[in-house]
Amino acid sequence: MHDVKRLYVIPGDKIVEGNHRPLMNVVKSGNALIATRIGIAEAGRDGVKVIPLSGVYIPRINDLVIGKIVDHTSLSWEVDINSCFSAHLPASDVFGRDFSPARDDMGKHLAVGDMITARVLAFDRTRDPMLTLQDRDLGKIATGELLKISATRVPRLIGKRGSMIQTIEQATHTRVLIGQNGIVVVTGRDPEGINQAVKAIRMVEEEAHTANLTQRIKALLNVPDSPQEGQNDGAKPQEMAESATERTEGLEVESEK
Amino acid sequence: MTQTRNLIDENGKRTDGRTIDQLRDVKITVGTVKNADGSAFIEFGKNKIVAAVYGPREVHPKHLQQPDRCVLRCRYHMSPFSTDTRKNPAPSRREVEISKVMRESLEPAIMLEDYPRAAIDVFVEVLQSDGGSRCAGITAASVALADAGINMRDLVAACAAGKVDEQIVLDINDVEDKEGGADMPIAYMPRLDQVTLMQLDGKLNSEQFNECLDKAISGCKMVYDIQREALMQKYFGNETEVKEEQ
Repeated sequence: MHDVKRLYVIPGDKIVEGNHRPLMNVVKSGNALIATRIGIAEAGRDGVKVIPLSGVYIPRINDLVIGKIVDHTSLSWEVDINSCFSAHLPASDVFGRDFSPARDDMGKHLAVGDMITARVLAFDRTRDPMLTLQDRDLGKIATGELLKISATRVPRLIGKRGSMIQTIEQATHTRVLIGQNGIVVVTGRDPEGINQAVKAIRMVEEEAHTANLTQRIKALLNVPDSPQEGQNDGAKPQEMAESATERTEGLEVESEK
Repeated sequence: MTQTRNLIDENGKRTDGRTIDQLRDVKITVGTVKNADGSAFIEFGKNKIVAAVYGPREVHPKHLQQPDRCVLRCRYHMSPFSTDTRKNPAPSRREVEISKVMRESLEPAIMLEDYPRAAIDVFVEVLQSDGGSRCAGITAASVALADAGINMRDLVAACAAGKVDEQIVLDINDVEDKEGGADMPIAYMPRLDQVTLMQLDGKLNSEQFNECLDKAISGCKMVYDIQREALMQKYFGNETEVKEEQ
């Protein structure tokens, strides 16, 4: 990330002037690029974007989300995905193409109140999001501690290449499932560990934009600093062990399998 | 609007001790309503106003939904205890009007087309009123919208100017509003240099009108600086430069 200019911006602030590409939360006005949200602006080579610090979840195709079944019709389930749009999960996605409302009992598969992990299959301005369960690790969530965080905090909770969430998981012996819509499920055998993980996640949510957060999370969870990391006095938190499993934002945590 | 006494004394001071170009003390706190998606509390002189923003969220009743954009709904309300004599809590003619002009003054700033089929609700509750509460309400609502993370082209800052003792003064208070010559509330988007609300109560000649408008806009720019400061304080604390982290 070189020649990247970073700025704190509020709506209406000019980020840069010139021929740049507006990416996320940025509009072009004349020759200037203007921020439309509160956040951290990044002007890089491929374009200019603002990483927002507040806001509700707006679905995007391919997002992994955690939702709750709120209703079903004869052809699809209605899923609350913590957004202003309620999502649909077609019954044929679960039963296959030869689904027949007369023959197949939808309530047997997913009942009202069940929590599911799903992926956004389709969404645009004109239609509500459509979900799918046709992928690895998608489907009903059997058990776990449920919590809601702001969707804008999800990337910070995951951390670079999953560093933050791995720190939490390893220290508390839990598994943390994060949906891009800000719903988090914590599972584990030890109730004390789950409590600790929930506490740490809440702390990440509250202090997402502050410096040295990984250090403070480690202090909270009593994790000793790894040897390659510098001293504690305000040094930049180094990235977590390189052996960390590669993962993209919002993917289910895959460690300890 | 008959003037019975002098509202500006021989030293050029107004009833509350301000000069003609002086704004009342303005203080904005962001994020005061925890249940809302975005909120702000403003103290504009003796005005005390809470603004809370919910959404974008589902539209109920469904027939209000717009297929190509979001609907913005505003409610301006004065608490029964906000005035000297109890105010009936039912929405009055004046409150319905202010709700409407408030919506129309905020709409140009919000990128409504980014949230089709959704609604944004803005609630503005006046806890204590002191003249110019619509301007203070718009100012607070705009900060609350930014706090809610809604895409906006610019913030909206609002401030009034008016005529008192044949002089054009900035930021009319309650006494000057009732006894003065004219009151002109202006809402303004500073970066876009666009006026989104202009009302005028009273009589001004064209020279006075221009002076009044210029003065109100300069007041809006001062209010904008305070809005900006409040948002920066909430999200970035005292930091102004981005520290490399993560």
